[in-house]
Amino acid sequence: MSGLRERALAAEAAPRERWRHRVGSENVALAFRIGLIAAIGIVLALSTDAFLSTANLLNVLRQASLMFLLASGLTLVIVAGGFDLSIAANLTLSACLAAAAIKSGSPWLGAAIALGSSVAVGVLNGFAVTLLRLPPFLATYAMLWILQGLAFHYMGGLEIYGFPAAFRALGTGFLLGIPVPVYLMGVVLLAATLFTRATNFGQELYTIGANRDAARLSGIPVGKRLLLVYVVSGLMAGIAALVFLARVNAADSGMGEPLLLPVIAAVLIGGTSLFGGVGSVLGTALGATILAMVINGMNLLDIKAQWQPLVVGVVLLAAVLADLMGRGRRERIG
Amino acid sequence: MQAGTLAVVRRPRPLPAIVPIGLTVVVLAILGVHGFASARNVTNLGLQGAILLMLSMPMTLVIMSEGLDLSAGAVLSLCSVAMALALAGGHGLSAALALSIAVGAAFGLGNGMLISLLGLPPFVVTLGTLGIAQGIALVLTDGNAVSGLGPAVSALYSRSLLGVPYPVLAALATWWLTHVLLYGTRFGNYVYAIGGNRDALVLAGARAWAWHVAVYVYMGCVVGFAALLLTGRMNAAHPTVAIGMEFDAIAAVVLGGTSFERGDGRLFGTAIGVATIAVLRNALDLLGVESSLQVVSIGVLIMVVIVIDSLRKARKSA
Repeated sequence: MSGLRERALAAEAAPRERWRHRVGSENVALAFRIGLIAAIGIVLALSTDAFLSTANLLNVLRQASLMFLLASGLTLVIVAGGFDLSIAANLTLSACLAAAAIKSGSPWLGAAIALGSSVAVGVLNGFAVTLLRLPPFLATYAMLWILQGLAFHYMGGLEIYGFPAAFRALGTGFLLGIPVPVYLMGVVLLAATLFTRATNFGQELYTIGANRDAARLSGIPVGKRLLLVYVVSGLMAGIAALVFLARVNAADSGMGEPLLLPVIAAVLIGGTSLFGGVGSVLGTALGATILAMVINGMNLLDIKAQWQPLVVGVVLLAAVLADLMGRGRRERIG
Repeated sequence: MQAGTLAVVRRPRPLPAIVPIGLTVVVLAILGVHGFASARNVTNLGLQGAILLMLSMPMTLVIMSEGLDLSAGAVLSLCSVAMALALAGGHGLSAALALSIAVGAAFGLGNGMLISLLGLPPFVVTLGTLGIAQGIALVLTDGNAVSGLGPAVSALYSRSLLGVPYPVLAALATWWLTHVLLYGTRFGNYVYAIGGNRDALVLAGARAWAWHVAVYVYMGCVVGFAALLLTGRMNAAHPTVAIGMEFDAIAAVVLGGTSFERGDGRLFGTAIGVATIAVLRNALDLLGVESSLQVVSIGVLIMVVIVIDSLRKARKSA
């Protein structure tokens, strides 16, 4: 009788089962992504004149580093089996709140406001997911609209622009010929890689994401760890808000929204599995570079901005499918 | 168990917290907001709530099946654009409506296949199709509004039967149809089962994946039909006008006490959720509160209702 049951369930799951056993090793996956970057680079170099110029390549890196800052926090959340849909709206609100102070010549106060508000949002997300036990996508989706509404109300449809040159260096400046945000990306990448690979805390996130019940039974304080992950995600949104403000030299209530889909796509292309427990911040850095190249290529090829959501949507779905094929469908937990 | 039937146990549950909260909102609006209780405003309220009620009914089924459709607003915009382009191109209203429903159904089919056959998380799949629908609408219109549709669609929108506007009738008809589907057909039983225990449904010999896809196709068809109301209201179409409407619909379903996790829910609760949101938005409009803060208030309302419901559940099980 149990054989019948197994067979019936297996037959139903057959289309998924076929993919499930194709497991690629970590290094092969990273090499594949570097190859993808090279392939896109070759295509763009052959089809446009401007792509290979130093200025443009640095521009791609600058765009990638902004997406990476947002995506790195999201990576940790997804590795731990959660999700954060509010990152882009969090960036918008903290940038809008900080803009007035920065414009009036107090960049440190502005930075404190941006980081304070973004971390507060992270704490609220963390409480909603751990204490109230809301599904992460639902809690952070409601939070997305709350933050977006607050930002729109605060700005009243206007924008705040024109920041001091010293602050703008954070987004547009160069150090030894390399854009400042790229250094930030390097620091965050190094810190997050060390954190996830070499600390117990980091390893525990993978355990929580792979099997929450097992993590709890083995004594990991799951609630506290998850709360902290959402706080980190909020903090990264605040840092990204400051870099974004400094780069575009203006704040408005629609600034973050176009980033949400590319950032999620970057995380998934980077090999982080939506089913939790698998992924790396290094992969996300490569994913952000791939997305930045695609968007840059569309600009260079004179493809209208209207195509961008369509292309990013297709890339996002392709990334989800690749997650499924490369890793096999993992059991969903929690 | 008899062949071909599936017994689904539906235990009576306490009323969700939205019922007293919704009543409070309505009473406050009647007593405290000047002009709320006028006949003209009540008609207005019905018209404003009609699209929301239409979207929320199939969204209830989607959420009951442990799913989510974040693409509904973008697909609604795209359907409206498709309908408007067909009308502006000289095609008849029925052809335009058929096109709109076909577009909606195609997106529903795509969402359903990715979610059901491949087992991908619904919120990411529909986020991707949100981008695709929004992108197609923007590319088709170059980011501009489509107008010059002729009088047919707006004339239909402003007709009424015995004093009840056609859009309100259409929304009530969607409620009725969804009610019949959920409580009176095999499809309805399977919706409960997909959310509650999908494996049991498979073991009972049903093609779970096909029924699961059907939930999203139904959602898409209703979205395609709702585009008629959206287009008729403005006698034009705009590629991003309905973005965010899915938030109100999801909010109405969640407020109505439908669960993401246990495969239960009820249409009546959703209807109360729709009424609460429509009254809240209308009253805040009359008070001069802008739309962005209305969205904030709905988000906060969701949190409050969920906290109350989970506290009550915790007390009950303790």
